[in-house]
Amino acid sequence: MTMPSLKQYTDLFRQERTAIDSNATEALNAGRDRAMEFLEAAGRLPEKSDEGYEKTSVEAMFAPDLGVNVNRVNFPVNVAESFRCDVPNITTLLAVVVNDRFVPSATLLKNLPEGVTVCSLRDADSALIGRWLGKAVERYDAAMAFNSLLLQDGVFIHVAKGVKMAKAIQIVDIFSGQTPLLAPRRVLLVAEEGAEVSVLKCDHTQTRDVVFGSTEVVEIIAGEGARVDWYDLEESSPATARWCQFRCRQEAGSSLNICAATLTNGTTRNEYLVDIKGDCCETILSGMATGSGSQHIDNSSYLVHRSDRSHSDQLFKYVLDDEATGAFEGLIEVAHGARFNEAYQSNRNLLASTGARMHTKPQLLIYNDDVKCSHGATIGQLDSAALFYMRSRGIPESEARKMLMQAFMVDVVEKIRLESLRDRLRHLLELRFSGNCGDAACATCRGRVAEK
Amino acid sequence: MSDEILLEVKDLRARVEEKEILKGINLTIRPGEVHAIMGPNGSGKSTLSSVLAGNPAFTVTGGSADFHGVDLLALSPEDRSHEGLFLSFQYPVEIPGVSMVNFMRAAVNAKREYFNEPPMSASDFLKLMRQKRAVVELDNKLASRSVNEGFSGGEKKRNEIFQMAVLEPRLAILDETDSGLDIDALRVVAGGVNKLKTDRNATIVITHYQRLLDYIKPDFVHVLYKGRIVKTGGPDLALELEERGYDWIKEEEDNKHREE
Repeated sequence: MTMPSLKQYTDLFRQERTAIDSNATEALNAGRDRAMEFLEAAGRLPEKSDEGYEKTSVEAMFAPDLGVNVNRVNFPVNVAESFRCDVPNITTLLAVVVNDRFVPSATLLKNLPEGVTVCSLRDADSALIGRWLGKAVERYDAAMAFNSLLLQDGVFIHVAKGVKMAKAIQIVDIFSGQTPLLAPRRVLLVAEEGAEVSVLKCDHTQTRDVVFGSTEVVEIIAGEGARVDWYDLEESSPATARWCQFRCRQEAGSSLNICAATLTNGTTRNEYLVDIKGDCCETILSGMATGSGSQHIDNSSYLVHRSDRSHSDQLFKYVLDDEATGAFEGLIEVAHGARFNEAYQSNRNLLASTGARMHTKPQLLIYNDDVKCSHGATIGQLDSAALFYMRSRGIPESEARKMLMQAFMVDVVEKIRLESLRDRLRHLLELRFSGNCGDAACATCRGRVAEK
Repeated sequence: MSDEILLEVKDLRARVEEKEILKGINLTIRPGEVHAIMGPNGSGKSTLSSVLAGNPAFTVTGGSADFHGVDLLALSPEDRSHEGLFLSFQYPVEIPGVSMVNFMRAAVNAKREYFNEPPMSASDFLKLMRQKRAVVELDNKLASRSVNEGFSGGEKKRNEIFQMAVLEPRLAILDETDSGLDIDALRVVAGGVNKLKTDRNATIVITHYQRLLDYIKPDFVHVLYKGRIVKTGGPDLALELEERGYDWIKEEEDNKHREE
């Protein structure tokens, strides 16, 4: 028997607890005992033999000997500031998370509108943190426990009642450093009644030959009538493992739009827990994955309708090439007594090579009669009729394939409500299918860092 | 018309899956000519056009096709297009998510690249689109839409002729371009084809009915039956077929084979 990879992290926790606690805050330390208790009882991180993790072993993702920056060794802030994700025609309020350390940009603090807080979880109002941290959804699981065990920093976003933000907030997560590292990352976003906020989160890996892992938890609380848009763009490296769990709670009349794109990565496991508590909510959950090489992308959603007259729509699309593997598991639950809900889910996949593999598992649990629900999944190849039509007009086969793959993603891109981001994502997809993403797409970022 | 030969097809044979469909086609086309290929259902008309355009669903089992000195059958579909072959599809394919503009830009620039020319400037490209749309009175609104998506039957066929106008082929094959067209659309589409006609290029019109040939006047009419061209004549042959149907040709042919 080999030792579970979890053990290296629980051992580290036992040995370094004092340092971890003293370099964090009371609110973050408060969650550690429960986390440790949960993980010790489990004995290991989720494995393929566990239901819901059939295609992704989290144990294997964190098996490399990853260090944790428990003593908060600083990475130079000027390096962090030189990162800027290349989204033209969009001015955002930028914050950077270097590994697991929150670094605001110089302009962020100056430009925050009245009623909007964007700060480190360490500096956040303790009353608000106490009220919301870890409370978005009830379920407590391995993703939440693993993240809570070692968490020392994070991002806190608070938008006060009725405040409608014109500018998007951008969080750029960067892996940087010369030694293998685990970064526990957390975001807590609270949009109070009637507030409106858009967040663009971009995950990058700067040092591409170093092994990195992240445990990310994103907690979103959409208050009554609030509108929250969350766009997540991963362009990391083959040596990066990301385990990211979204924990969302929607109060009455709120609107939540999450769109997550995995363009380049190593192994990614995204989990979406959405709890629709209030009546008349709108939920749009979408994702896309472009896999080549030996990329692995697994998206797993669990969306619960607990109330009346809400509408949810899920769309996940994958294009997998080479030996890339993908998995999608989606579960819609319409709870007892939740009436007149509409819930839709669709997972469509293109396999561009004979070596690529896709596993999909759409599920519905309906405890009610008055619902409109549908779910569906398809796995196919590029349309040969379309391919021939394009070639007959002189478009070379490789170009035609690229155009069809891009076209396949169009309806996911269209879920994004920021026009400039839609344009940017279309451009990134074009680069991606030309084999130029990851490196080329972030040439500007890397170029600037190299100059320093 | 000249002595120059644009396309010379000799004993062309092809199959789809295990079924042999073309059983020895011979056809000679010179610049400036219009050839009509007619024939009953299942005679191999559409297969002939697919094989000439290089559809990978069909396998050529014998014969040759010389296209102005180039071995047509050795080329990829895209290179056949660059060399001047154009197929107007019987059923133009809908391509959701690919806009007409991007589609045409890719086509135009691929051809330029083939001939070592730089990509066309944005303004020249837009001018070209505007000019060529006029040939078939194609609505500008269609340019921003996905290729053929939500186009009416008439719009799809106009779109084919529009693409033909842009690509300026030396040989255009119109595969049942008249199917699904009302009389007004037919007039526009045929008018477009006639406007594009020069003494340098040629057209193959594949059709069931004589109707289209009222608008696009053929120099030669061929009858395809059971994978062979069994009769060739002038425009009068089309009129005769309209009047008498195909049964007399079928009978003639089937009797011939019985005698053999």
